Amino acid sequence: MRDRVVPPSGPTAWLTTFTAATMAFLAVFALALALASGRLADRWSEGLANSATIRISAPADQMERQTQVVLELLSTTPGVASARALTDDEQRRLLEPWFGPDLPISALPIPRLVEIIEASPGYDGEGLRQRLAAEAPGAILDDHTRWRRPLTVAAERLRFLGLVSILLIIGAMAAMVTLAANAALATNAQVIKVLRLVGARDSYIARAFVRRFTLRALGGAAIGTILGMLAVLALPSADAAGGFLTGLGFQGAGWLLPLLLPPLAAVIAFAATRFAAFRKLRELT
Amino acid sequence: MIAFDNVAYSYGGGELLSEVSLRLAPGSFHFLTGPSGAGKSTFLKLCYAELLPTAGRVTLFDREVRSLSRDDIARTRRRIGVVHQDVQFLDHLPLAANVTLPLTVSDRESSASDLADLLGWVGLGQMADALPPSLSGGERQRAAIARAVIIDPDVILADEPTGNVDWEMSLRLLTLLVELNRMGKTILIATHDLNLIRSAKSQVAARVLRIRNRRIQLAGADL
Ligand SMILES: Nc1ncnc2c1ncn2[C@@H]1O[C@H](COP(=O)(O)OP(=O)(O)OP(=O)(O)O)[C@@H](O)[C@H]1O
Ligand SMILES: [Mg+2]
Repeated sequence: MRDRVVPPSGPTAWLTTFTAATMAFLAVFALALALASGRLADRWSEGLANSATIRISAPADQMERQTQVVLELLSTTPGVASARALTDDEQRRLLEPWFGPDLPISALPIPRLVEIIEASPGYDGEGLRQRLAAEAPGAILDDHTRWRRPLTVAAERLRFLGLVSILLIIGAMAAMVTLAANAALATNAQVIKVLRLVGARDSYIARAFVRRFTLRALGGAAIGTILGMLAVLALPSADAAGGFLTGLGFQGAGWLLPLLLPPLAAVIAFAATRFAAFRKLRELT
Repeated sequence: MIAFDNVAYSYGGGELLSEVSLRLAPGSFHFLTGPSGAGKSTFLKLCYAELLPTAGRVTLFDREVRSLSRDDIARTRRRIGVVHQDVQFLDHLPLAANVTLPLTVSDRESSASDLADLLGWVGLGQMADALPPSLSGGERQRAAIARAVIIDPDVILADEPTGNVDWEMSLRLLTLLVELNRMGKTILIATHDLNLIRSAKSQVAARVLRIRNRRIQLAGADL
């Protein structure tokens, strides 16, 4: 009965449901973006923070000597905490994704890799490069921090943008529910007046509207969330798209996060409608 | 029950009512008369706190209206049945649901047999499922009376309850209100139907309040 004291609102009811569904759908993507770029940022920054690589390309007979030279040189370079040549096994593992497991490392002209752990403060990259050029012409300093750092920053920005988008979507949804609730309250001004005159308390009247909008937002957001999650699921997986690109998807417990969207939408609709209803009711005696 | 102390009211222009002091004692039966536009409906609205006085004090059930919270006002209205001059219903609900609305909004059960009795009493026994927009003016007024009394209020305020009905129905509604008065309800009827007042006086010790020159005075036996 309580729900019937306010007349059914017809086609406009669907606008709230539709809006909630759309917002939830977008929020799923924003969330996926934030989580994926977060993972990307973490992966890029971990370990790389203070490491670099020296790549030595030399004819097979000079390889051992140049590696020795490079290691000696590094041991006297201020700012280098430690340096070591990667073993064949380690190199094979690094190359495996590209060439398969049975790579005959020693038979191929594959550069030897020397890993540098930087001390703080770090070494002088330009100076090191010049000394390498003079003493071990086949050695090239591959200072990946230099090119990965901007990527890490970009990934972090992307995560930030994803989170900001979620906040904006939440705000837009609150605004739209408020507008819809205000429209419903205005349409039903006469009904509200009659209810007040026969002794209905504000909370009783508000509840009739709040319940309606909360359920619509909950239902709409549930639909939008499910569709959004299906869409994310349907994206090509990270492995298929290539190891470098992290998939724009959810992983593990991350799949539970979008499930918070429908209840969140319901809470927002509840608060927005209640606020609008009480503000409207205060205009009446 | 309802007391006015030096009350004035103005809609923004000059004062419509001034220096109104009166008391509606429990179980009393009053008529309120006065020319059209004198402020009868305005006075009734002050009695159920739809309007607040611009000066003076209105006391409902021993509480000053200005001290009432919004919830207090809602609860106070459950003790006052009002028949509005321009009766408003919820047009999407059938008559029966409209009549029981005061019970619904106060989370009280309505008994089907009480409702049937009441609708029969006001001659709307066959109309329980009709939607309000399909009712005639007189039917609306009778439905309004039914809605006003269903919650068993202490006070009944009726604003031109017989404005749209024939004389026979007027007398029936009057008898209904007199019976309610005998059951102990306090009754106030705004009307300019002097014949109605005369008929009432033969049944009940009714007093007549008259609005004249913005004041409300007790009329003498002359009417
Ligand atoms: N909301 C309002 N705003 C401004 N003026 C109003 C308002 N309501 C009523 N009035 C004015 O107050 C005066 C008294 O109105 P009220 O309805 O109380 O008269 P009444 O005695 O009930 O008249 P009637 O017998 O025609 O019903 C009228 O002049 C009316 O125009
Ligand atoms: Mg009037």
